[in-house]
Amino acid sequence: MFSKGLRPIAAAAVITTLVAFALVFFYAPLDADQGFIQKIFYVHVPMAIVALGGFVAGGIMAIKHLRTGDSSWDLRSYVAIHLSIILGTGVLITGAIWAKASWGHWWVWDEPVLVSFLIVFLLYCVYYPLRFSIEDPDRQARYSSVFAIAAGAFVPINFTAVRLAEAVTHPRVLSQTGGSLPGEMRLTFLVCILAMVLLFVTLWKLELTAKRTSAQLKRLRTRLELRAETAG
Amino acid sequence: MPALPLDEAGKYVAGAYVVFLALIVIYVAIIGAKIARIERQVSELLELTDHDEEAGRSEAVHEPEARRSPQDAGLEAPQTDARPDAEQSHQDAGLEAPRR
Repeated sequence: MFSKGLRPIAAAAVITTLVAFALVFFYAPLDADQGFIQKIFYVHVPMAIVALGGFVAGGIMAIKHLRTGDSSWDLRSYVAIHLSIILGTGVLITGAIWAKASWGHWWVWDEPVLVSFLIVFLLYCVYYPLRFSIEDPDRQARYSSVFAIAAGAFVPINFTAVRLAEAVTHPRVLSQTGGSLPGEMRLTFLVCILAMVLLFVTLWKLELTAKRTSAQLKRLRTRLELRAETAG
Repeated sequence: MPALPLDEAGKYVAGAYVVFLALIVIYVAIIGAKIARIERQVSELLELTDHDEEAGRSEAVHEPEARRSPQDAGLEAPQTDARPDAEQSHQDAGLEAPRR
C-alpha cells in the first residue's frame, strides 16, 4: 500500500529528528542574550522555512498540473499546501510562545515578519473553501492550481519585501553575510532544517499514499457496483 | 530584556516543543485512522467479491439441474411466480441468493 521510498525516508526523518533534538539540548550552547528560551528557535524557524518552502513547492506542482493536465500533480500540490498550513499553525503557536517569553507579548502587530507570515497563512486558509466549494473535479483541480500558483508566487515576493523592511524586534536569521550564528548553533540549526524537510517529505508521501489508495478504492467500488448492475 | 531563569524559560521551551510534537502526532494519528479505514473497506470488498465468486460457483453447479425444465422434456412450462431460476435453485439448496 505504501509508496516507494516511504520507509527509508520515514526512518531517516525519525533518526534526524532525534539527532536534532539531542544537538539542541546537549550540544548547542546557550544564547548569551536570551539564554535557554532561545532553544525555541530550533523548532520555530525550521518549521517556518519548510512551511514557506512547502507553499512554493505546492505552486510549482500546480504549474506542472496546468502544463500536463495530470491530476496527480494537483493532488501533490494540495497535500503540500495542506501540510504547510499545519506547519504554519505550529509556527504561529511556537512564535507566540517565544514572543511571550522573550518580549512579554504573545503578538507584536508592528513587526513585519510576524504580520507577513500571518498574511501568508490566512491567504492559504482561503485555499480550502475555494477548493471544496467546487464540485466538478476538473474545475476544482484547475482553480486550485491557479490559486496555488498565484499564492506561491506571493510567498517569495512577501519574503523579499519583509527582508527589505526594517526590523523592529524580530531578528533576521538568514542574511547575505551568513547570519550571526556561531559554529555549534549553525550546525544544530542546519540539522534541524534537514530533520524538518525529511519530516515534511515523509508526511507528504504518507498522506499522498492514503489519498491515492482511497481514490483507487472508490474506483474499484464503483466498478464492482457497475458490474453487479450489468450482471443483474 | 534579560534572559529568563531556567525554571521559567523551561516551561516556554517545553510548551513550544510539545506543540510541535502534538501537531505531528495528531497528524500521523489522523492519517493512520484513514489508512485503517481504507484497509477495513478493502477487506469488506474482498469479502463481497469472495461471496460473489462462491455464489457464482454454486450457481454454475445448480444450473444444469435448473436448465432441465419441463420445456427440455417436451412439456409446456408451468405458470409460476417469476422467481429467476438461479435464485430459486439457490434458495432450494438452502443458500442465500447472490448479492448484487
